[in-house]
Amino acid sequence: MQTSQLTWIVPVRKGGLSLFLIGLLVFVGMLVINTFTLTDNALSNAISNESHRQLLSPHFADLKGNTVSNKASFINEVRSTLNQYNNTLNERYSISDSDIAAIMAEVNALGHYELEQLTNALGTSDEAAYKIKKLTDYTNWLAGAQGKPLSEIEQVLKEKSVEINVNVTDITNGKRIYDYELGQYVYGLTKSASSGLVANNTGLFFFLSIILGTVGALMYIVPDKYTGPAGIKNNNIFFNSSTNGGFIGLLATFLLVAIYIALYFFPEYIIEWVALVDPLFKGLNGSGAGPWSIYGFVYTLAIVVMGVRMFIKYRHSNYHLTRTTSLVFFQSCFAFLIPELLIKLNQPSTDLKNMWPLDYDFFDAWNLDSLSSSGGIGMFMLVWGITLFAIGVPIFTYFFGKRWYCSWVCGCGGLAETAGDPYRQLSDKSMTAWRIERVVVHGVLVFAIIMTGVTLYTYFTDVKTIAGIDTYSFRSAYGFYIGALFSGVVGTGFYPKMGNRVWCRFGCPLAAYIGLVQRFKSRFRITTNGGQCISCGNCSTYCEMGIDVRAYAQRGADIVRSSCVGCGVCSSVCPRGVLKLENGTVNAVVNQSQKDETVQIINVMSAEEQQAMAK
Amino acid sequence: MSRLVIIGNGVAGVTVARHVRKRSDREILIISSETKYHFSRTALMYIFMGHMKYEHTKPYEDYFWKKNRIDLKQDLVSDIDTNAKKLTLASGEEVEYDDLVLATGSKSNKFGWPGQDLPGVQGLFSYQDLELMEENCKNAKHAVLVGGGLIGIEMAEMLITRGIDVTFLVMEDRFWGNILPYEESRLIQRHAEEHGVTFRLETQLKEIVAGDDGRAKSVITSNGEEIACDFVGLSAGVHPNIGVVSQSDIEVGRGILVNDYLETNIPNVYAVGDCAEIKVEEGRNRIEPLWYTGKMQGEALGKTIAGQRTKYERGIWFNSAKFFDIEYQTYGFIPNSPQDNISSFYWQHPDKELCIRINYESDTQVVTGINTFGIRMRHEVWDKWLANQCTIKYVLQHLRDANFDPEFFKRYEQDVIDTFNMQNPESKLSLSRLNWITKRFTREQAHAN
Ligand SMILES: Cc1cc2nc3c(=O)[nH]c(=O)nc-3n(C[C@H](O)[C@H](O)[C@H](O)COP(=O)(O)OP(=O)(O)OC[C@H]3O[C@@H](n4cnc5c(N)ncnc54)[C@H](O)[C@@H]3O)c2cc1C
Ligand code: SF4
Ligand code: SF4
Repeated sequence: MQTSQLTWIVPVRKGGLSLFLIGLLVFVGMLVINTFTLTDNALSNAISNESHRQLLSPHFADLKGNTVSNKASFINEVRSTLNQYNNTLNERYSISDSDIAAIMAEVNALGHYELEQLTNALGTSDEAAYKIKKLTDYTNWLAGAQGKPLSEIEQVLKEKSVEINVNVTDITNGKRIYDYELGQYVYGLTKSASSGLVANNTGLFFFLSIILGTVGALMYIVPDKYTGPAGIKNNNIFFNSSTNGGFIGLLATFLLVAIYIALYFFPEYIIEWVALVDPLFKGLNGSGAGPWSIYGFVYTLAIVVMGVRMFIKYRHSNYHLTRTTSLVFFQSCFAFLIPELLIKLNQPSTDLKNMWPLDYDFFDAWNLDSLSSSGGIGMFMLVWGITLFAIGVPIFTYFFGKRWYCSWVCGCGGLAETAGDPYRQLSDKSMTAWRIERVVVHGVLVFAIIMTGVTLYTYFTDVKTIAGIDTYSFRSAYGFYIGALFSGVVGTGFYPKMGNRVWCRFGCPLAAYIGLVQRFKSRFRITTNGGQCISCGNCSTYCEMGIDVRAYAQRGADIVRSSCVGCGVCSSVCPRGVLKLENGTVNAVVNQSQKDETVQIINVMSAEEQQAMAK
Repeated sequence: MSRLVIIGNGVAGVTVARHVRKRSDREILIISSETKYHFSRTALMYIFMGHMKYEHTKPYEDYFWKKNRIDLKQDLVSDIDTNAKKLTLASGEEVEYDDLVLATGSKSNKFGWPGQDLPGVQGLFSYQDLELMEENCKNAKHAVLVGGGLIGIEMAEMLITRGIDVTFLVMEDRFWGNILPYEESRLIQRHAEEHGVTFRLETQLKEIVAGDDGRAKSVITSNGEEIACDFVGLSAGVHPNIGVVSQSDIEVGRGILVNDYLETNIPNVYAVGDCAEIKVEEGRNRIEPLWYTGKMQGEALGKTIAGQRTKYERGIWFNSAKFFDIEYQTYGFIPNSPQDNISSFYWQHPDKELCIRINYESDTQVVTGINTFGIRMRHEVWDKWLANQCTIKYVLQHLRDANFDPEFFKRYEQDVIDTFNMQNPESKLSLSRLNWITKRFTREQAHAN
C-alpha cells in the first residue's frame, strides 16, 4: 500500500483549509462588527490631556450620543472634527466683524461701552474668554466713558481688534493639536467609543480567529509528512495561482498591503485586533496591547506555524531543520517574549538581536536617552547594540558568511524563510533586477548612514538644521519611505508577487552592509561540484535572492555574492548535488607516501562467488 | 569574415559557439528547429511537474546571444551540400558556411513494436514531446512505461505527480540492470515502489492495442499479460539523430563518425554531442549521449575550431542522476555485474536509502570506481583519487574529505569503515583525523577553474 493513497489525508487537509479560511474570515470580519458611540466617558479615556479635552469637548457635541455603525464614517467624523478644530483655530480666536457687531448692539442699547457687555455679546466659550481678556486689556480705558459718539467706539474696537488679531497665533499655537497627538486621539476615541463586542468577548473571538486559523493551518500542513517519502517536492508550484504569482497571490498581496497600511498609518481601523490580544499582553508585559502588539503576535505565530511547515517540507535536511529552529527561537524569544518581559520589569524594552542600521532608530535621541538613563541594563544594551554591528558582524561574517544573521537569526529573515518560503520562486533573476538591486540597496545603506549621522550630530550639538534643512526631516523621511513603505508595505506585502526577500534584497541596509563583508572578506562561498551541473535551473529558480546560481554552477565557478543569505535551498533543490555551502574548503591533495598502502583482505572472491553473494 | 554554422542549439552546439566566441571574432550562426533559444533538456521533467516554467530552463538570458554576437535561426536543416559548403533549410533558404558543426542530438528508440505510433504512445526527448505528453496526460489514469532507464524513471516521477498510476516494463531482471549492480538496483526499485511505481521485471513489450477511439488502450507483454492503460511511454534509450547527415557525403555509422578531435571525414565539418560516434581503435565506438560529455566535447571542439586543435579526452568517468528522492553519483567504472580480479566493497545503511559501493583491483587494491546513493561526494577528490590510483585503504581512511553533503547532515564514514573492518577483520582501518578546525580556519581554496 502506497502511503500517498492514505484516505484520511485529503479530507483532513480540506478541513484544515476550511478552518483556516473561517479563522481568517472571523479575523478580518471582526474589524467591522462594532458600533461606535462617543460619550464623555470615551472622551476622558481617550484624551488624557485635560485642557485638550476641555477645548475639544464642545466640538464633539454633535457627534456625542449618536451611535454610528459604520466604522469608517465614525473615524472620518472624528478625524474631520479634529482637523476642523485645528483649521479654524485662528479664525475662531480672531475678533471678527460679527463679534464687533454683537458688541456694538450692546453698546447701542446702553449708549456707551462697558466691559460687562463683552460677555453678553461673545458668550463664555474658550474663544470668547480669550477675546474678552484681550479686549479688556486693550480697551479698558474706554469702558464707562459716557458721551462718546458710537461711531468712535466702533472705530476704536475695530482698530484694537486688528492689533489683537495680529498676534492670534501666540495663543492658538498652544491650543493646536499636533499630528502625533491627533493620531493618538483618533485611535483612542475609536477604541473608547467602540461598543466593545470584541473587547468584551476576547476569549470567543480569539478562539474563532487565531485558534481556528492556527489549527486549520496545521491540519493543512502536517499531513504533508504522510504523503510519501521525504525529499524536494516542488510539484505544481507553477500551476497553483497562490504560488505562481497568479490571482490568489494577488488577493493575498492586497490583504497584506492593506494590513500594513492600516498598521503604519491608520491603526484606529484595527482596534479590535488590539483588543483581541490585550489580555495576553497584559499577562506578558503588565500593561496591555498596542497596535504593534498584534503585529508582533501574528508575525511570531506565522513564523512558528510556517516553521512547522519547514520542518515537514525539509525533514530530510538537517541544515534546514537546524536553521529553522534557530529562526523560530530568535523570533519567539528575542523578538517577542524578552521585550515584553522587559517592559514588565520596567526596563527599556529592546530586541537584542536586532541591530543598526536595520534597527534605524537605535541612535534616535529618545532611545539613547532612555538607554543611558536606565542604569546598568540600559548601558549594556547600548554597548551591546554598537558591538554587534561594529565587531560582531565583521567577525561572524568572516567565518560563516551573511547567513549567520540573515537566515539564522534575523526576524525579517525569519518571516521570509518560513511564511515566505512558498513564494521564493517568484524573485526576479534577470540581470536587470540585479543591477537595480545593487543601486537601491546600497542607496538605502548610504541614506541610513547619513540619516543616523545627522541625527547624532543634532543629539550632540543641539544644532537642529544642516544647510538649512531640518535634521529631523531626514529621520522622518527615512522612517516613512524606508521604515514603513519599503520594509513593510512593499517588503512583506508583495511576498506573493515578488518573492519573499524583496526587502532583504532591495532595501535592507544591514543586508547591504553584511553583504559587503561577505563579498570582500569572508570564507563563505557556495562551491560547485566539478562538472556535474546539468543547467536545469532549479537552483536559480528557487533562489529567493534572485541570484542566477546556475550561471556560476554551469561553468564550475564558486558563488560569492553579497546578496546570498545562505538559505541553502539552492543546494537542496539541485537534483545533482552540485552545490555546497562552505566556510572555506581544504585543498584536495593526495598524500603520495600513503596512497599505495594496502590492507590484509581475507577473502578475495571470484566473480561467480560475488554474484552468488549479491543474489 | 568566415562563418561558422552550428546545427542544433543543444548543450553541445551552444558550448562550441561559446568557446569559439571566447577565442575568436568570427561570425557564428546556430540553426535549430526545436526552440528559438537553448534550453536545458534535462529540466523537461521539472516543467511538467510544475517546479519550473520553460523560461527557467534557459541557461542564458535572451540578451546573451546578441551581446555575444551569436546569431540564432529557428529552422530545420533539410540538406547539407559539403562540396558547395551550403545548407538548405526547410523554409527554402540557403545558408553558406565555412565551418560546419553537427550537433543534432538524439532521437528516442522505437523497436518496431506493433502500435508504437498510436496516439497516446510517445517518448520524451524534445520540447514538442513534452507538449505532447501534457496533451496525452490530460485524462490519463494509468500509464505503462517501456524500458527501464533514466528517462523512464523520470517519466514515472512526472506521471505520478499527476496522480497517474505507473507500471514499468523492464527487460532485465532488475531496474537499469545494464548499468547498476544488484544491490543498487534493488534499492532504487524499492524506493520507486514506495512512490507508487509497479514493476514488471523480465518483461518486454509485445504489442500496443488501440481502443475504439484509435488511442492506445492497453499493452500486451511478452508474458501474454494485457495491461490496460491510456498512456504508453517509450523510454528504451536513444540513438543519434543523423537523418539529415546520412544523405550527404559525411560518413556515418550508428552516429556521425568522428575522430578524437571530433572531425568527420569531410574537412571543416565536425560532429559533437549525442549525435557523434567517436571511432575507437579497439572495441566498440563510443557514443556518449550525456549532458556532461556534450559539454566537454563542445569545449574541446570550440578550441579546435578557434585554431587550437584539441583532443577530446573525457578524463576520469563520472555521471550522476536522481531517482525520485535518491541522488546517485558515480566516478570511475563500476560494472553492472561482478568481475574477476575486481573486489567490491558495498555498504548500505540498515534502514535509510543510502549506499556506497567501492570497487578495487583484488591484487593491487587500487580503487577503480564508486557508486554512491544518497550521499554526495566531492568530484575533485574522487577525480584525484582515481587518477592517482589510490588504494582502498587510502580512500576509506580519507573518505571524510570526499563528503559533499550539506552541513549538519549525518555522516557515515565511521559506519562505512566499521563495516569494512568487520568484513576484513585483519584490516583495522581508522578514519584520518577530523579536520573540523582546519576545514573552517585554513586558507580558502577555490575549486573554480
Ligand atoms: C528527459 C531527459 C533527461 C536527461 N537527463 C540527463 C541527465 O540527467 N544527465 C545527463 O548527462 N544527460 C541527460 N540527458 C541527456 C542530455 O540531455 C543529452 O545528452 C544532451 O541534451 C545532448 O545535447 P546535444 O547538444 O548533443 O543535443 P540536443 O540537446 O539533442 O540538441 C540537438 C538539437 O538539434 C536540433 N536539430 C536536430 N536536427 C536538426 C536539423 N536537421 N535542423 C535543425 N535543427 C536540428 C534538435 O531539434 C535539437 O534541438 C537527458 C535527456 C532527456 C531527454
Ligand atoms: S544562492 Fe542559494 S543559499 Fe544563497 S540565497 Fe540563493 S538559494 Fe539561498
Ligand atoms: S540545480 Fe544543480 S544541476 Fe541544476 S542548474 Fe543548479 S547547480 Fe546545475
